[in-house]
Amino acid sequence: MTNLAELKGLAEPSEEQRALRDTASAFLAEHDNIRAADEGDLALWQKMVELGWAAVIVPEQHDGLGLGYADLAVLAEEFGRTLNRSPFFASVVLAQGCLIEAGSAAAQARWLPDLAMGTATATLIGANGLHWQGADALPVAATATGDGGWRLQGRVAQVLDGARADFALVIARLGDGRPAIFHVPADTPGLIRQALPVWDLGRPQAAWDFDGVCLPAESRVDVEVDSATLAERLQRVHALAALMLAAEQIGSSAHCLDITLAYVKERRQFGRPIAEFQAVKHRCAEMMVSIEAARSALAGALPFAAADAATADLMLAAASARIAACEAQRFCAQEAIQLHGGVGFTWEYDPQLHFKRSQWAAHWLGDVAYWRGVVADAVLGVAK
Amino acid sequence: MTQVMDEGAFRAEVAAWMQTHLTGRFAELRDRGGPGDESISPALRKEWEQEMAAGGWVGLGWPEAQGGRALPVSLQLAFHEEYARAGGPGRMGHIGETLLAPTLIALGTPEQQARFLPGIRAGTEYWCQGYSEPGAGSDLAAIATRCWQEDGKWKLQGQKVWTSLAHESDWIFVVARSVPGSTGREGLSFLLVPLDQPGVEIRPIRQLTGEAEFNEVFFDGAETGADCLIGQAGDGWRVAMTLLGFERGLSTLGQQMHFAHELALVVEAAQANGAARVPEIRQRIADAWVGLRGLRANALRMFSGGEAAIGAESLVYKYAWSNWHRRLGQLAMDVLGVAGDVQSDEDTVRRLQQVFFFSRSDTIYAGTNEIQLNIIAERGLGLPRTR
Repeated sequence: MTNLAELKGLAEPSEEQRALRDTASAFLAEHDNIRAADEGDLALWQKMVELGWAAVIVPEQHDGLGLGYADLAVLAEEFGRTLNRSPFFASVVLAQGCLIEAGSAAAQARWLPDLAMGTATATLIGANGLHWQGADALPVAATATGDGGWRLQGRVAQVLDGARADFALVIARLGDGRPAIFHVPADTPGLIRQALPVWDLGRPQAAWDFDGVCLPAESRVDVEVDSATLAERLQRVHALAALMLAAEQIGSSAHCLDITLAYVKERRQFGRPIAEFQAVKHRCAEMMVSIEAARSALAGALPFAAADAATADLMLAAASARIAACEAQRFCAQEAIQLHGGVGFTWEYDPQLHFKRSQWAAHWLGDVAYWRGVVADAVLGVAK
Repeated sequence: MTQVMDEGAFRAEVAAWMQTHLTGRFAELRDRGGPGDESISPALRKEWEQEMAAGGWVGLGWPEAQGGRALPVSLQLAFHEEYARAGGPGRMGHIGETLLAPTLIALGTPEQQARFLPGIRAGTEYWCQGYSEPGAGSDLAAIATRCWQEDGKWKLQGQKVWTSLAHESDWIFVVARSVPGSTGREGLSFLLVPLDQPGVEIRPIRQLTGEAEFNEVFFDGAETGADCLIGQAGDGWRVAMTLLGFERGLSTLGQQMHFAHELALVVEAAQANGAARVPEIRQRIADAWVGLRGLRANALRMFSGGEAAIGAESLVYKYAWSNWHRRLGQLAMDVLGVAGDVQSDEDTVRRLQQVFFFSRSDTIYAGTNEIQLNIIAERGLGLPRTR
């Protein structure tokens, strides 16, 4: 990074991105569903599909818009503000991301149009919590059945959108330790799904038991490359999703600051708005500092989401964004509760929603310790 | 600047010049003279300033009519980064070049510009800043130093403090109270005062590093010419704030180059003594690394419009870098362990000790942490002033 030409990549959002942000902001504010029952979620998703939100990163030949992760990040940030419960993260960020980076041409042609058009939703299954640590750590094993098909065995404790996705892309380990990706419809015989009671209602999860699940040959959907290359592509899938999660965390953090500012300007004690007290102002200012740090980190990271960026660079970029975003979201959600005082502890007010999301987001797709480890290994060499 | 200059070619030009000129008698200045190291070879560093002036590297952003090169912000940023990358010594003329000169160009008379800009441009006259006083730190408007007109001159009585490089300077610019009985921002005047005169006494302040880079400056009937008033009498606050507005952070990327160098020294020290295997140290070094990467992205956001806009990212930047740097200093000492207790001549250890001790001042000067948070809250978030 030595040339200021890179400034262009960090400039303010493009006109198209601003328009997307404004549309999303208005739509999501109007269709807040985080406290509602989930019956209406899929009908609402169809409206979002009509707005093109499921087509952003899908290539044009597969009925998509062919845009990039910088554009998807705009949407992710807006989802983070309202915490709308939708298939966006599981079906678009995770499943589409996996198909585009690591899926075969046939699988992309078969499934991306369905996902982009909203005729199906999907999720991604790998290590629990999608904490990528290579194929050896995968909980689902796949063995060839002799007739060209596959048999999957194993249990994944927590699958995002696991009770409602139409199918999952399952990253499994083969007998020789190589990874492979399988398309698994949710109604496949031998598959037992158990919805889980979760704290963050915007992130529904289910346990998946693969009890001798038999699949036809064409359910194998990974791109035909050597296993090292596939492992690298899967690492990219996780890093790109982590970047989008960072964007969502920034939106959540910014919303925490917004509602806190509104509250402290209105709430009066000792005959004045509590916003006049320096102890309160400084906490708000520190929220802004943490959010801007995360915004800067994400802005500096997004150029490395490009397909031609080296995977090692993408990993360091994702690490920078994720570490800063986790710190911002944890801090801002906690401060939102604190600065709202008693009502910050209630179900009715929003801080609790973001606090629970920050707890969810802190551990999925690699926690801060994991991402710091990625950086430490790159900067210091792998510890012996 | 009429033709567009290619940034890559410009960077190569800076690097090549540095390589051929930071040699010979100047070689000992490489990587020296930065914050915490200001006392090193001041006479030679002034000669270096003149060497740079001869090379055309002073006044890059000034108008051509004033002896400058009128380079765009992007190239000025690039200059500072390449200068730091080449190990360029800490600058001694920066207060004159980057603070006073733009103020003179904006608010000075043609006579004042003709009198003072050439000495700054040539590296022959050095300047220091007389703002802070014992009773006027964060509350800068509480200035008590007085000035008045007498016998066709300005005279001054009072005291300034924390005056960096006063002992190496020829002139000081001073904000003093010219209207008796005035308070706050009213009734102040902005004067240029020669330091070599009987009415001025400069006393060094020994800081916690043991060095004395800043001073107390006493005015006891000190004098300066009637033509050394900038702007109107009583309008000094506006002049002073105009000057602070020129602290646009053009040397930001150069500063970050120094930070990167310091972090590399921390890594080197950790690998040398085995701390690099300690999980907690690894995590903290990783944090420092991503923090610096974030600072760079923040700086690039600040200048992405071509000029530094006062956006959210600019408001938080001083707070962000100074606290990052302070943490780096602590990390450096935790990597060194007990060896950090001993004052060292060894280059890596000496530099890391400087980072540790001197970075305590980063969160105090140019707006303390607490003032920065007030600024962020009031200008960035629209929160009310505290009554």
